[in-house]
Amino acid sequence: MATVVRAGAGSPGTSRLLSLRTRRRLTPYVFVAPVLLGLVVFLVYPLLAAVYFSFTRFNMIEAPEWVGLDNWRFLLTDDNVVKAARNTLWLVVVMVPARMLGALLTAILLNQVKRGRSAYRTLFYLPALAPPVAATLAFVLLLKPGTGPVSTLLSHLGVSDPPLWFNDPDWSKPSLVLLALWGVGDLMMIFVAALLDVPVELHEAAALDGAGTWQRFRYVTLPGISPVLLFAAITGIIGTLQYFTQAAVAASVASGAVTGGGGISDTFGYPNGSTFTYPLWLYVVGFRYHVLGYANVLAVVLFAVSITGTLILLRRFREYAK
Amino acid sequence: MNAKKQPFLLLVARHSVMIALAVMFVAPVLFLALTSFMTSDQALTSQLWPTTWHPENYADAFSRAPLLRYLLNTVLYAGLATVFMLLASVPAAYGLAKLRWRGRQTTMIAIICMMMLPPQVTTVPLYLFWADAGLTGSLWPLILPMLAGDAFSIFLLRQFMLTIPDEYLDAARVDGAGEWRTLWQVIVPMARPGIAAAAMFQFFYAWNDYYGPLLYASENEQAWTVSLGLAGFRSLHHVEWHLVSAATMLTILPVLVVFFFAQKAFVQGVTLTGVKG
Repeated sequence: MATVVRAGAGSPGTSRLLSLRTRRRLTPYVFVAPVLLGLVVFLVYPLLAAVYFSFTRFNMIEAPEWVGLDNWRFLLTDDNVVKAARNTLWLVVVMVPARMLGALLTAILLNQVKRGRSAYRTLFYLPALAPPVAATLAFVLLLKPGTGPVSTLLSHLGVSDPPLWFNDPDWSKPSLVLLALWGVGDLMMIFVAALLDVPVELHEAAALDGAGTWQRFRYVTLPGISPVLLFAAITGIIGTLQYFTQAAVAASVASGAVTGGGGISDTFGYPNGSTFTYPLWLYVVGFRYHVLGYANVLAVVLFAVSITGTLILLRRFREYAK
Repeated sequence: MNAKKQPFLLLVARHSVMIALAVMFVAPVLFLALTSFMTSDQALTSQLWPTTWHPENYADAFSRAPLLRYLLNTVLYAGLATVFMLLASVPAAYGLAKLRWRGRQTTMIAIICMMMLPPQVTTVPLYLFWADAGLTGSLWPLILPMLAGDAFSIFLLRQFMLTIPDEYLDAARVDGAGEWRTLWQVIVPMARPGIAAAAMFQFFYAWNDYYGPLLYASENEQAWTVSLGLAGFRSLHHVEWHLVSAATMLTILPVLVVFFFAQKAFVQGVTLTGVKG
């Protein structure tokens, strides 16, 4: 209290007060200084550099040489980028809605049980924590053609010709979707919280007006959680655009090839290019072929696509940045 | 849902569905655990239950690859990254949540953009940056940037701090506390669950990370993490599924242990990132 009295009593012109005020004004910048520096070094600089490099030809050794639009023209004739983008698009179109549906369904079921709810919630959530490399290994083992437990189960159920999963170009991406569904717990937790936020009174009012379960879901629950659904869709899409680890590891493990450093090799995309995603192609171009100019073209395109999603999110949720 | 008593049959039906789902979520890890105790021959058959139990598979896995070294590297990466991240992110989140200053909104937008940025976009320039610094071939390019905070953690911490009523801060200020003391004595204790959640997310992110270590450390096996080692381990011993399973279990177990000790903070953190609109 003493301080307040002193501050109030002192004339506003004293240098002591001024310096205090200046210090007050500067403190926030001290708090955020490392982060501001980080944003410049790890966001602004590499983005500008990526754009610049996309107009140059260079490898790791020699200095960049300006080549104008050459790399960008190459983009239009690159068959691999078409293949990779198509696979990534497939994953975006199938995996994101599948995960959202799976998460919503488990969240709704979870909110309907009372006894044992937290135990179920923990069990459903845990797989989302498994390291992606470990989870992918487990799924390749689980879906192993012939002797894997899923194949065994299917043949017991009378399926005469069970899929070859990660070893079949038509089934490798659906297998990755199964893997993604296994780890749906993180999204489920978000939906569980969102569903609980929908006011009970709205449900009761709708029920009084004679709305059935489906109508209440359609006209009360869905609008109530739509902001969270949008958030999940956009972060899901942006997350899937960077889909790398599971595709790389599944291909390497399922191919059975002996590979070098960290399990990465020519097995990318196995079988038959079906798991070859856009970020994998970027990685190969940049860090296997060392064609860094073109790798940055791919990076800038990826940036352009993902920033669109971010901007939509920012527009919709202005209060994030207030 | 409502106060009406649920019909008994509906209750049974619901729990049957839940139990079936629970089995599906648990089965992959259970299967992995069982396989890790089999002989190499049995692991290649379609049998689910080990006919004889071989816990020595775990010791065997350690002798086949420097798993201990990978584990130590991973703990070092995850531990330092988490500590550094907190040092920078907690004050920054406070500045973004509770202080008024010019450029705050722009900074927040930049942080959200960084949070959403696919790591591959900035990969090449950053790799060259760290190569110039002579730090490729190690995990330092993944640890040192955390001294500038982590976008996702800052976002999470800020969302948490926004829920702390301003009255507490005003009270501290009236008592003459400077911003640092307010942060340390008011905000940090009140934001403890948020800080715990951010720390755990960061730790698990680093523990699970594959792309980062692949990019910077794959050239130097001395610096490998468990995820890199596991991917490499598989290719060296690809028919020995019992050992691969044991090694895989070893990377999952620490995550499970940490989770069980800190479940509450975790659940709160996950919920918080789902942010309401």
